[in-house]
Amino acid sequence: MSKIKVATVWLDGCSGCHMSFLDMDERLIELSSQIDLVFSPLVDFKIYPENVDLALVEGAISSVEDEHKIKMIRKRTKFLIAMGDCAVTANVPAMRNPFGPEPILERAYHENVSTGAQIPCVFVPALLEKVRPVHEFVPVDLFLPGCPPSADTFYTVLTDLLAGRTPDVASLTRFGA
Amino acid sequence: MSQTITIDPVTRLEGHGKITLKTNDQGEVSEAYFTVTQVRGFEKFSQGRPFYEMPGLMARICGICPVSHLLASAKACEAIMSVTIPPTAAKLRSALNMAQTIQSHALSFFYLSSPDLLLGMDADPADRNIFGVVKVDPELGRAGVALRRFGQHIIELLGKKRIHPGWVVPGGVTEPLDSAKRDEILAMIPEAYANIRLALNWYKRIADRFRDEADHFANFPGAFLGMVGEDNGLEFTDGKLRLIDATGKILVDKLEAAQFDDHFGEAVEPYSYMKFPYYKPLGYPDGSYRVGPLARLNIATHAGTPLADIEVKEFKQLANGPVLGSFYFHHARLIDILYGIEFIERIFSDPTILDTHVRATAGVNRLEGSGVAEAPRGTLMHHYKVDENGQMLWANLVIATGQNNNAMNRGVLQTAQRYVKGDKLADGMLNRVEAVIRTFDPCLSCSTHAFGQMPLEIKLVAPDGSTLDTIRRG
Ligand code: SF4
Repeated sequence: MSKIKVATVWLDGCSGCHMSFLDMDERLIELSSQIDLVFSPLVDFKIYPENVDLALVEGAISSVEDEHKIKMIRKRTKFLIAMGDCAVTANVPAMRNPFGPEPILERAYHENVSTGAQIPCVFVPALLEKVRPVHEFVPVDLFLPGCPPSADTFYTVLTDLLAGRTPDVASLTRFGA
Repeated sequence: MSQTITIDPVTRLEGHGKITLKTNDQGEVSEAYFTVTQVRGFEKFSQGRPFYEMPGLMARICGICPVSHLLASAKACEAIMSVTIPPTAAKLRSALNMAQTIQSHALSFFYLSSPDLLLGMDADPADRNIFGVVKVDPELGRAGVALRRFGQHIIELLGKKRIHPGWVVPGGVTEPLDSAKRDEILAMIPEAYANIRLALNWYKRIADRFRDEADHFANFPGAFLGMVGEDNGLEFTDGKLRLIDATGKILVDKLEAAQFDDHFGEAVEPYSYMKFPYYKPLGYPDGSYRVGPLARLNIATHAGTPLADIEVKEFKQLANGPVLGSFYFHHARLIDILYGIEFIERIFSDPTILDTHVRATAGVNRLEGSGVAEAPRGTLMHHYKVDENGQMLWANLVIATGQNNNAMNRGVLQTAQRYVKGDKLADGMLNRVEAVIRTFDPCLSCSTHAFGQMPLEIKLVAPDGSTLDTIRRG
């Protein structure tokens, strides 16, 4: 049987969801006989390939670059999982929404600086006015809430999907878990 | 013909990175940029929220080292409350910090860097990952997975969750330790010792193969900042800060969190969203310094635990004075792990660790507070201001990786000039340019807490520290 092609993607999140994915520990090594990680911060492939079977997306959509990436990923992916509360609800990254991007820059690059205070202005990706969750940009096939979802949740969901079963997410995790 | 080479994304890094190298007409690398792409905003959006919520919120800066943020944040809150936390709470928190150091270092060394060290910088990219390591050297790969699990499992036993535990609060911790969990932790220790011993022995066997990398991976004189204990030994949680220069001379000593701003400033460059912290008396950029495992071992005179003491002594023989090559971050990281295991064993063997008084309470007694802790990657500082009701007015965070910003830039250029030639773009050469960044184990998630993408400037600096050339994009 050919291996299932899996990608993990990191957008505007804290990497905690990726760390929880790694918390499968030895079980992740065992899973590698059935899955191929074709794109992930953990492996050395630079290009998101075509025909990815399963993608786990961490983080919210905050910049035009995130927006561009998620649309490209959706096109090349059969089954897309919103991994963790930031992807599902925009969670912590969305806390900047009531302020908007400008006051954030002002605090970081004018107020909290001792030399050369200035708002960096070259090569900056345009920020979206509001940080929003993944499903507001592309269809999501499975929502996996939690901050982060536990390693057991990842393991159950992956083994269910590999066996062709529909995982019962509500019994595994919840918002803020 | 001059050309631009882009490595995007930089893989096996804990964050969003991109390196751009520019070559000149002779095909030599003349410019290098390390770019980070992520958007955050914690210094601002914490405003208006209750200060006691900060540890739990600030931990969401980073899922790799949330414990460091929990601790620096809780300590800043305790300065606002003007309380001293109960001694057992302090011990439990310091053990939690070492558990995190172990898991984070295991991630860096085994999952992210050992593929280069075991399989070689020129190996097939398809194999250059932890699965490739497990295939070629199952014992080593599994030791790494087990060490990371060891750290994460202790965090889970203490804080109920491996990532973003809610256990650390301003004033101490929410719950005392019970003896069953203590016994479970102590029972895991022998396996952890066996695994780190295996890794250290293996590293020492192969380190010689990378002598050329060691000479060119961000190897230059410069200052180092880190925490030390009262006896000048290693300390990660409750010590004071010390800054030394490239010869080992102490520039600043016994620095408390509240004095951090007096000595260290942050610079901004128009082309970078990652700030550049520096030691104020030397100015920017001459006052740039390194933090993290290498800095800590250069600063401390010894470890303070028996097995790590032997390793530190051996490590210090690598150089006459501070070890200046950033390749040795790898070695230092393994010694940190060994020290951490010994430290944890000592803490949990102490009967007072089961004491049930683990939390102090108080309201707002001061309108400003700072806290520092050693994160796995180096010194971390949180500084808050609040109003009388405890509502956050302002926050500034100085993150470990940011303090290595200048050194990483210099390192990328140094490595690129050594290994990348314009007419031959072998993957192994480019991988070395990424590998120099990996030695610093940058947590880009943390360092972009403020905001954004980071195209950068490369300065070419002579051994005496004078600037030979400045390269900037645009
Ligand atoms: S859901 Fe939580 S753990 Fe996951 S990226 Fe967001 S803040 Fe981090």
